[in-house]
Amino acid sequence: MTQLAERPKPVPFSSALEHRPQGGPRWLEDLRARGAARFTALGLPTVRDEEWRFTNVAPIGAIEFTPADPVSGVADQLAGFAYTDAPVRLVIVNGRFDATLSRTKGLPAGVRTGSLASAMTDHADVVQRYFGQLAEFTSRSFAALNTAFVQDGAYVYLPDNAIVETPIHIVFVTGAEASKVMAHPRTLIVAGAGSHARIVESYVGAEGQVYFSNAVSEVFVGENATVDHYKLQQESIEAFHVASLHAHTERSATFSSHSFSLGGKLVRNDAFAILDGEGGECTLNGLYLADRERLIDNHTTIDHAKPHCPSHEIYKGILGGTARAIFNGKIIVRQDAQKTDAKQTNRALLLTDGATINTKPQLEIFADDVKCTHGAAIGQLDEDAIFYLRARGLSFAEARDMLIHAFAAQILEQVKIEPLRQALEAELFEQLARDLAEVDGART
Amino acid sequence: MSMIEIKNLQVKVEGKEILKGIDLTVNAGEVHAIMGPNGSGKSTLARALSGHPEYEVSGGEVLYEGKDLLDMDPDERARDGVFMAFQYPVEIAGVNNAYFLKAALNAKRKHLGQQELDAMEFMQLVKAKAKLLDIDQSMLSRAVNEGFSGGEKKRNEIFQMALLEPKLAILDETDSGLDIDALKLVANGVNAMRSPQRGFIIVTHYQRLLNYIVPDFVHVLTGGRIVKSGGKELALELEQKGYGWIEAA
Repeated sequence: MTQLAERPKPVPFSSALEHRPQGGPRWLEDLRARGAARFTALGLPTVRDEEWRFTNVAPIGAIEFTPADPVSGVADQLAGFAYTDAPVRLVIVNGRFDATLSRTKGLPAGVRTGSLASAMTDHADVVQRYFGQLAEFTSRSFAALNTAFVQDGAYVYLPDNAIVETPIHIVFVTGAEASKVMAHPRTLIVAGAGSHARIVESYVGAEGQVYFSNAVSEVFVGENATVDHYKLQQESIEAFHVASLHAHTERSATFSSHSFSLGGKLVRNDAFAILDGEGGECTLNGLYLADRERLIDNHTTIDHAKPHCPSHEIYKGILGGTARAIFNGKIIVRQDAQKTDAKQTNRALLLTDGATINTKPQLEIFADDVKCTHGAAIGQLDEDAIFYLRARGLSFAEARDMLIHAFAAQILEQVKIEPLRQALEAELFEQLARDLAEVDGART
Repeated sequence: MSMIEIKNLQVKVEGKEILKGIDLTVNAGEVHAIMGPNGSGKSTLARALSGHPEYEVSGGEVLYEGKDLLDMDPDERARDGVFMAFQYPVEIAGVNNAYFLKAALNAKRKHLGQQELDAMEFMQLVKAKAKLLDIDQSMLSRAVNEGFSGGEKKRNEIFQMALLEPKLAILDETDSGLDIDALKLVANGVNAMRSPQRGFIIVTHYQRLLNYIVPDFVHVLTGGRIVKSGGKELALELEQKGYGWIEAA
């Protein structure tokens, strides 16, 4: 057995890597080559890797996913997903920007949104300065894989003091009818000093399709700028979704991330925020819903590098079936980062006996004048609360639904784009109703 | 027909028999006080009547308006007019008090075949009741009992009772831990709701409450049995002599 295990494993995606995209500026060609070399050396992570202890990604390597071609006919499909009627919309189909489906008019002067590939040539100085600066790939397989296939994606640039009132919705559609495809979309958001924007990233795919979406997003928040970032993961429940979000804040900048994971068969979200300027502030919130045999893994890192930065983090999950969830929340407070105030809360609601969660807060504190609190609570619905509601005339199902809605509401209430919040709430509760009907079916 | 007829009721908690055969009949329009020392089973009686799942009925029967109460789920009992004011009201984070009360009221109205109230009608009703009970309406916009003081929680219970207008109201040590102002407020709420159509079972540890709510009957519960029943003067006797003389007798 030992000998078998030591035999060198074939590198997944090796044939796809040989035919990886070509073209673009020289630095991009180099970057792809380095990404490919790094991925070939690293391979996919295994459960022996501390960062992947509870998430076995072998199923991703076991499927011969092929790089996706752009497909037509997704226009009709889009309407089925939350908030795709947003006035400003960038649509990325199988990793490539689709100009005909996108709407980018009506933004203030100097604001630029659209194809990342185009920006690489005609906004080259900005792109080259920021691209890849946060998404480190020397030790991270999926970032290396994404880098090897970098080709296109979404680009948002706000010049200094640009205030964009209209939310910018980036929709990533992945999948193909007849084949199992993969896409490696990239997002680059650069918000200049004093600017303000709300950006939504949605990841969607046709129900039942098997595909692999491996996304990397980088967000630079300039001095005194504000970026509210929303991620809505609504992939097909047969799909694999691995994504990392990297944010960097300068002095007095504010970044907030609200991550909603509703779809996917195997989902890994990494969120990294570096508070790299004094007085910056960051919020990382998440709400995830998993049922059947699905797995949702959220890893977050908030890196306090400079003093006087508050950070707030609340992640909540609702699990049914034999679903599994992982939450790992790391908070680093560097030696220089005095007066840090970091709060982390992580809660999960298990609707069935078969659902499980592994949760781990990780604090690494090197400064001495800081406030860091973390708390985790995992459990069933509070039976005393259910009885109290029933004693006032609500049925068991009504009482339970009221408590579950209240549990999710704390995260939903923080969504500042009203139509998005409504769409999310509707989608979430529709899915919950299905899950609870299954739980009730199993009970009787 | 009696409002509620409790016959030889026996109740276990975690396998241990607490109530060893309670007989009690309450007619519409009557206020019954249940008194007794700690651990006598007073609260067990209240909770068993409300249908709390941890209180297992091991014998006897309870007829509520002639129906088998013990056969009804807790929410059915509530919709049918049984209300228990909790000794320890539960804090429910994230559930707005007004939203919860509207759902509770409409669940009952639906059961009674009445039209459900819309938000406007509900708020009008709430305002009227709050005024009647001298209750601060800001309580309604907070989460159910969350961060409420002990007195606020009890007031919220009485407010719910006023809104839901039960036929049978059971107060489980609602007076415990209240200062005199809060106690008067609770008593006023009960007195305002006394009517020939409504019965009350008031479980209390202290005679003090009965200075404000004058009962028609007083029962002394000790060791899981009602050992003495009498009129309102029995409460005063207990106040003077304690429970010892009854237990010894």
